[in-house]
Amino acid sequence: MNFWKDPINVAADWLKNVFTGWGLTDPYATALVYLLGAFTMVALVMLLDVFLVWIERKVVARFQDRVGPNRVGPFGLIQPFADIIKLLIKEDITPAGADKVVYNLAPVLSLASVLLLWAILPLSALVYGVDLNVAVLYLVAAGALGTLAVIMAGWSSNNKYALLGAFRTVAQMISFEIPMVVALLIPTILSGSMSLKTVVERQDIWYVILAPLGFIIFLISAIAELGRAPFDLNEAESEIVAGFHIEYSGMKFGLFYAGELLHAFTFGGFMAVLFFGGYRFFGLEQIHPLVAVFILMIKALLGYWVIMWIKYTVPRIRIDHMLAFNWKFLTPMAFALLVVTAVMHKLLSGTQPWVYALGMFLSNVVLLLAALEILRTSARNQRRQEEAALSAIAQTSSH
Amino acid sequence: MDASQIIFGLTALLIIFSALRVVTTRNMVHAALWLIVTLFGVTVLYALLQANFLAVVQVVVYVGAIAILFIFAIMLTRREIRDSGPQLNRGWLLAAFISLAVFGSLLALLYNAPVAGRLAGSLTGEDTLMALGQALVSPDAYVLPFEVASVLLLAALIGAVYVALNKKQESDQ
Amino acid sequence: MIPLSWYLVLSALLFSIGLFGVLARRNAVAILLGIELMLNAVNINLASFWRYGNTAQMGGQVFAIIVFAVAAAEVAVGLALIISVYRRRKTVLAEEIDLMKW
Repeated sequence: MNFWKDPINVAADWLKNVFTGWGLTDPYATALVYLLGAFTMVALVMLLDVFLVWIERKVVARFQDRVGPNRVGPFGLIQPFADIIKLLIKEDITPAGADKVVYNLAPVLSLASVLLLWAILPLSALVYGVDLNVAVLYLVAAGALGTLAVIMAGWSSNNKYALLGAFRTVAQMISFEIPMVVALLIPTILSGSMSLKTVVERQDIWYVILAPLGFIIFLISAIAELGRAPFDLNEAESEIVAGFHIEYSGMKFGLFYAGELLHAFTFGGFMAVLFFGGYRFFGLEQIHPLVAVFILMIKALLGYWVIMWIKYTVPRIRIDHMLAFNWKFLTPMAFALLVVTAVMHKLLSGTQPWVYALGMFLSNVVLLLAALEILRTSARNQRRQEEAALSAIAQTSSH
Repeated sequence: MDASQIIFGLTALLIIFSALRVVTTRNMVHAALWLIVTLFGVTVLYALLQANFLAVVQVVVYVGAIAILFIFAIMLTRREIRDSGPQLNRGWLLAAFISLAVFGSLLALLYNAPVAGRLAGSLTGEDTLMALGQALVSPDAYVLPFEVASVLLLAALIGAVYVALNKKQESDQ
Repeated sequence: MIPLSWYLVLSALLFSIGLFGVLARRNAVAILLGIELMLNAVNINLASFWRYGNTAQMGGQVFAIIVFAVAAAEVAVGLALIISVYRRRKTVLAEEIDLMKW
């Protein structure tokens, strides 16, 4: 039963033989097999995306103490399909004066930048798109593509509010890329490689235990990269009138929305791979590749649930507070964590696993406490300065 | 025809076409977007050359930062929404002649060079990423140019921020 | 297999197109776009000479990475200068920024 053990390669070889039997020469047959594989992956991911819309609406309903869609199909499962049909039959509007090519290309690029990430996510030991040896940087590069899509959308809409919202969104996204890159270096240091498959294989102890602060930094900067609440000032309907996608309606808006949800789920998957052991779970993954995929999907769903939980609990953060938080707190802490992780990894590299884990965990806790103490002291000093200034003004005015 | 030759041919066509659009299009934002297409073509070329790190860094640095910087600068320096007037200056014929001459002389150089017909050696089994990392930080490799380049980047960015700072508030006081 | 000459001809062509952009465009930002094309052509050259030469010799890739850094620095400074000039003279056309000429 070779197919059960290694489904992707067996299917690819069989398909290639079929194509060669039809008369296609070798490079074309391989290219066609790769294309079909990519197409199948994208189709499955988009189906998952539809399912994510249902999850999102049910979970937000439960957080808001209501039921959510339950009319269309059992438990409202057909609701996303009804939404898709509604978006598809809407009128396809292009605003006057908009740059047509760029305007229509922007939502496609936004969704494409998310789908590109599924090429490097290792779904199991043998089921993955490609084992790229610079996969961690590829993650950052796909984020850069998303930024480009936002600028294209904001500029081509011929709308001042769209442009302003796009500027702010891009500023937020590129600002939070820096702590994200530094937090991504933590699993790279701990596993010694940028390839995601190697990161999963070397995670005998989950990296969330070895570097919990790194996970927190990655979580916060990932949520900011996604543009989800509490960092969604730039695209919330009650704020800058939905920001860069104000002029988009119908399926183009559907692409932005679905892309955002899929991006959140993909980041849940990457959090699982980088910090929670990926498709590994105490040896269960060796039973069958599909079990490993199932484990990874459960972990990704848990990560997605945490992101949704934060979204529907925490109020929105203003843009200047957001950027100040990033540059004055998150980035220095990320760099300090990188130095601490590198030093502790070198110091503890020969010791027993539990000494290593305990040492890394304690170093993270110490760093967090030190950072909070610095924050507290600086806040206290600032308060004292303001009180001194106020009392000085009160004294001079009373004279 | 090999698969890599087909890919190279298509990528080369894409790069040349978008580079020509960069230097001839009238709308500046379109020129920046065509530059982004060119940069993606160059990324595919790096991937063909199996320089993975260069390919990914090209997307992160060039597309993700430099191209966005260009788009912002173009949006901040436009007198009106539509660009008007010809985009080529008076000496464009001479410029075309000069660039053709440069291209011709480079071709002549390559035609006579013995190295140009070389085919690639095999790269399997080597860990070029590890070698690159070690070359960048090893004292008897390239750590000094690396550190100097980072100091240069820091100085240039601080200078750029200072130059572009809006000093009108300070001159009003 | 792809001979080295294909990469070199491509980079020479890209360099010439960038040179045309630098010499023939009026908008200062467009001149910077031409410079970016030239830098990319140089990088293609460096990367292909690394690949088709001794791949253990990392100098080609290191040089290309330093060219990335220098290009980023140059674009930042150039665009800052252009924005600053635009604030004063309200123009970015290279032929109109001529106050120091008589």
